[in-house]
Amino acid sequence: MNIWDQTHECMSRDELEQLQLERLQAIINRVHKNVTHYRKKFNEMGIIPEDICSLSDLTKLPLTTKDDLNLNYPYGMFAVPLREVVRIHSSSGTTSKPIVMGYTKNDIKIWSNLVARFMTAAGVTHDDVVQIAFRYGLFTGAFGVHYGAETIGASVIPMGTGNTEKQIMIMQDYKTTVLVSTPSYAIALADRIKQLGVDPKSLSLKFGLFGGEPWSEKMREEIESRLLLSATDNYGLSEVIGPGVAGECSCKKGLHIYEDAFIPEIIDPETGAVLPSGSEGELALTTLTKEAFPMIRYRTGDITSLDYAQCECGRTLVRMKKIVRRSDDMLIIRGVNVFPSQIEDALFSVAQGETPYQLVVERKGAMDSLELIIEVTDKIFSLELQKQRSFLEMIKKRIGSVTGINVEVKLVESKSILRQKGKIARVVDKRQI
Amino acid sequence: MLTIKNINTYYGQAQALKNVSLHLTEGEIVTLIGANGAGKTTLLNSLSGVVPPRSGQIIFNNVPINNLAAHRIVQMGISQVPEGRQVFKPLSVEDNLELGAYLHHKMLGGGKAEVKKTSEMVYALFPILRERRKQLAGTLSGGEQQMLAIGRAFMARPKLMLLDEPSMGLAPMVAQEIFRVIENLSREKKTTILLVEQNARAALKMANRGYVLENGRLILEGTAVELLENKDVQRAYLGKDKKEIWER
Repeated sequence: MNIWDQTHECMSRDELEQLQLERLQAIINRVHKNVTHYRKKFNEMGIIPEDICSLSDLTKLPLTTKDDLNLNYPYGMFAVPLREVVRIHSSSGTTSKPIVMGYTKNDIKIWSNLVARFMTAAGVTHDDVVQIAFRYGLFTGAFGVHYGAETIGASVIPMGTGNTEKQIMIMQDYKTTVLVSTPSYAIALADRIKQLGVDPKSLSLKFGLFGGEPWSEKMREEIESRLLLSATDNYGLSEVIGPGVAGECSCKKGLHIYEDAFIPEIIDPETGAVLPSGSEGELALTTLTKEAFPMIRYRTGDITSLDYAQCECGRTLVRMKKIVRRSDDMLIIRGVNVFPSQIEDALFSVAQGETPYQLVVERKGAMDSLELIIEVTDKIFSLELQKQRSFLEMIKKRIGSVTGINVEVKLVESKSILRQKGKIARVVDKRQI
Repeated sequence: MLTIKNINTYYGQAQALKNVSLHLTEGEIVTLIGANGAGKTTLLNSLSGVVPPRSGQIIFNNVPINNLAAHRIVQMGISQVPEGRQVFKPLSVEDNLELGAYLHHKMLGGGKAEVKKTSEMVYALFPILRERRKQLAGTLSGGEQQMLAIGRAFMARPKLMLLDEPSMGLAPMVAQEIFRVIENLSREKKTTILLVEQNARAALKMANRGYVLENGRLILEGTAVELLENKDVQRAYLGKDKKEIWER
């Protein structure tokens, strides 16, 4: 079984914990010195860096939330001067401003090697041709995998998203061996391949690396049998680094978290208290090696559990269960993170006031769809038909620019959305993953 | 091989090391980087028992050594080459080396033959010392004294060598020769090395990993390559395009 970084992926617990402690103490010293937010928070709680004498002392430190990142928009959480940053990425963000992430030259190198770990674990080698069907741009997904694949020495096709037919043509002609995409896009590709009458056996696909959204074992079976490849899951989030936080090995029994670079904790989403080993709860991550944008106990919002039992692959790293749900109301639509509050804000600002609405998420075929249903109010009713249409267009555009995804917008009669105890459920998720 | 957890070392009231944790794996060359007064020498002195830490753990080959006397630590296999050479100037080169072997042989026996064998190894590392064996150490050049200091530490057949500023005050050519020997000690004699060095660039070129100390705290751990690329390290210790990266 191939392992990219034998030293760090197969350390004994003792060695690993010593390294984690050293790196944790160093990063606490650095953020205390360089990041006002952390210094202030530590001071408020009466903590000095010397209070961290063991890994379990981590719980003395405050959790970091998306709100903290928002308040420090854009560069407040950087631990190095901007001139040392060679790359800036940003998330689609929450209600107001996006979150801005920075990388130094070293960060990019560290990131590339972390991605190389899960790609190698999945089976990718320098002989492979890797087609990356993630969106390039401000998102971290495509770039992370791109660098990881190049670090391994594979041939990278920076395809980007969409244009399914061209994707298939390239897959056939360029002899793509590795597909990188969201799992739902893989199914969409399989559908299109079938429609076009292409025999999957004529393709050269060997491995599929899927991430960016939750997916089930059922989906894995479907993708593997239809595209004739071995499908593995990987996990990451932009605030922490992007892809490369964790990834499955070919045993496909949980995702190995790269613990020399991240300390995982499972906390109670309500109280923030650390839960006993093995419990299910929200994942919080502390970065150990990042220079520009370190995170201390960042709440990911993802619900999972950790398994410290040794894996058959030889890696000694802890495994996390596949993420199946969130601790907050964030929706993942075609791999893009969307908060209902973003859409509400966009709607209310265009409608100039509160308007009853409901968001309906469905999976049509393989792809997610998001529909915004708006009840006609007197104000909307009084508009001319043409103005009504342009009103809907405006909402659609505004939501598109805030969230980066396409939404269907539909007007319905007043009081026609189902109410429970007088309240409308803001989000109805009909997807069955 | 060596694991340090949370050591705190004081000079009287002044705390020189704050919660320092680090480790060395067998066969590694690890370098400590930091400004003057950051605590580098203190760390070496804490390890060798010269200035024992007030709290914390030092574990060498599974044995806690933080409460051991300095001579016991040498017997365990840790030799320090102090800053500024500090050879016994009124003694000959030969006698200096023999002194270095004293504790080791007192404990393990082996007698004169063993001492002779080890000094032959030192002469092989530093042929110039063989030529000067009868000369008084005080009459040697700075570079030769440094070689003698390293040779003397090697006489105890250490598993781990602590080197404090071995290139200090030496001409660049001589410093290079010293670095060559340090690499040799690691590669051929399988000695693990913890190196404190003013010349951070040279140290990082030779080392596997490094730690950066600042005001008694460790602020960075990484591979030598990572540290060479790190802007904090460049700014403070490598002097590379200093001016531009200083101003924010």
